[in-house]
Amino acid sequence: MIFHKHQATVNDILSRYPVKRSAMLPLLNLAQKEEGYVSQAAIREIAGILDLTPPQVFETATFYTMLNLKPIGKFHVQVCRSLMCALVGADPLVDWLRKHLGIGLGQTTEDKMFTLSTVECLGSCGTGPMMQINDDYYERLTEDKVGRILKDLRETGDCSLKSGPFLVPERGEGVVSL
Amino acid sequence: MKTFEKILLTNMERPEYTGSLADYEGTGGYKALKTVLGKTPPNDLIEMVKKSGLRGRGGAGFPTGVKWGFIPKDHPGPKYLCCNADESEPGTFKDRQLMERDPHQILEGIAISCYAIGAQTAYIYIRGEFRLAAKILERAIAEAYRAGHLGADIHGSGVTVNVSVHAGAGAYICGEETALLESLEGKRGKPRTKPPFPATHGLYQKPTVVNNVETLANVPHIVNRGADWFASIGVPPKSTGTRVFCLSGHVKRPGNYELPVNATFRDLIFELGGGMRSDKPLKAFIPGGASAPFLTPDHVDVQMDFESVAMAGSMSGSGGITVMEEGTSMVWAALRLMEFFYHESCGKCTPCREGSSWIVQILQRIMNKQGRPDDLRTLTEICENIGGRTVCAFGDAEIAPVQSTLKYWRNEYEALIEEAEALKGSRKEIPVLSLA
Repeated sequence: MIFHKHQATVNDILSRYPVKRSAMLPLLNLAQKEEGYVSQAAIREIAGILDLTPPQVFETATFYTMLNLKPIGKFHVQVCRSLMCALVGADPLVDWLRKHLGIGLGQTTEDKMFTLSTVECLGSCGTGPMMQINDDYYERLTEDKVGRILKDLRETGDCSLKSGPFLVPERGEGVVSL
Repeated sequence: MKTFEKILLTNMERPEYTGSLADYEGTGGYKALKTVLGKTPPNDLIEMVKKSGLRGRGGAGFPTGVKWGFIPKDHPGPKYLCCNADESEPGTFKDRQLMERDPHQILEGIAISCYAIGAQTAYIYIRGEFRLAAKILERAIAEAYRAGHLGADIHGSGVTVNVSVHAGAGAYICGEETALLESLEGKRGKPRTKPPFPATHGLYQKPTVVNNVETLANVPHIVNRGADWFASIGVPPKSTGTRVFCLSGHVKRPGNYELPVNATFRDLIFELGGGMRSDKPLKAFIPGGASAPFLTPDHVDVQMDFESVAMAGSMSGSGGITVMEEGTSMVWAALRLMEFFYHESCGKCTPCREGSSWIVQILQRIMNKQGRPDDLRTLTEICENIGGRTVCAFGDAEIAPVQSTLKYWRNEYEALIEEAEALKGSRKEIPVLSLA
């Protein structure tokens, strides 16, 4: 039972909506957070909570690209490949990652640490090239920086280079002069 | 020298400002809420926003007050406000900054807007990837509840507003307002046919307003400083106020820049953005997110208000400006955007679903020097058969990169196809298996 230990959270989610089915994405997101992907067991459980059939939950889940329906590595490296990042070097970054990790797109390293994907625009076009690893954004990437990020994650499970609250350019004044 | 006062970014750009409730209140935050709640009749608020000329900052630029006015006043049941924080338009990254740096500015806007339209419940639909922004918003909501700015009987006014964050899970189309509602109802995010419009049949078929983050963030300032003040900025009466423009691509200083809408692309790209990143000149720019047709260096002196950009043959859209330097292949740029649209098409309407895939295939073969002489005619025909033939505006958006690059840089397409023709003789023909 995936949601058993999260009963309070599940109840809190359900309380926000007048219609149960609205809790679909919050529950799918919670299941993925718990297990790293959305398992068939999770889908059956969510169906039970929402008074739906498992195919109804599965059908919805397949629409959303962030939901992994198969197990993936511990760290999901998702590099933005959209035009704005591609203009500032997303493609060489992807090539570097493929070589460095020794895997292709959509594949997972043998030690189950990293899964590499390319994704469409993540909303950081001013700070490209960039990638998202699990919950965190990493921006203005260079090969050196990415090397350090992978090393830190492999060794400590965390990396201080992740983005904090976004402000770009960093400093401004209340008044603009042209 | 012209000087402009920023509205939305003033606080967050001060080094000591953290976006906490104390910081926000310290700069006069939640004053507007206390001034209007239970005191100003909701209809007066709607009229005030109409008079300010505020238009939606998500892309369509629909007048906000008019949208609010569509909500039936005598509706007995619940009404809803949805804050569209699904920011996914390539080239756009302003809402993320507004949410992560000054969340209370948005929450105050939401509370006032809920009061104006008579909604007791608001959902902030945020794209699933924005984990940090969602966390910051949730923390701010908890702070606002504790301070009595949200919840039941706000500041003794008898008004109730409940706000919660609802995270998506990776689907560009959920930024389309009816797809957002479907997704919020726990379904696949496919746009609904309109009419009926969300104003009468929205979330759970109840009257609903969907407003962009930046739109709502402007509301407290309009209340505090008056509709006339807001309407005096920009290009009154049609395009008023400031916008947070997102600058990306081959410029020295990409980022979010708040400017009155009568500023020009030159102001943004060459003054604030510091100009081109290398010595290569400007070749092209996208003036309003991936859905907006490309423009050329001839258009840099165009003002960035909705009407001026439309006159120039594009759209101001979401305010995302992407700059490309000389040497960038326009066929490649169109292909990259088209791959985005192909990936994100929800699949509901045949012209968009099939057409986006065909366009990607044709552009890929042109880029691979395998283009055929009639490919440009086919591309044009496919685009014409998508535009205006889909349920939502996605269909019109996805053809913009192809149509506009074909318009201004047709020679680049033709050169690649000529190369393919020249290579034809040197390629081995694939033998065709005959069953006869």
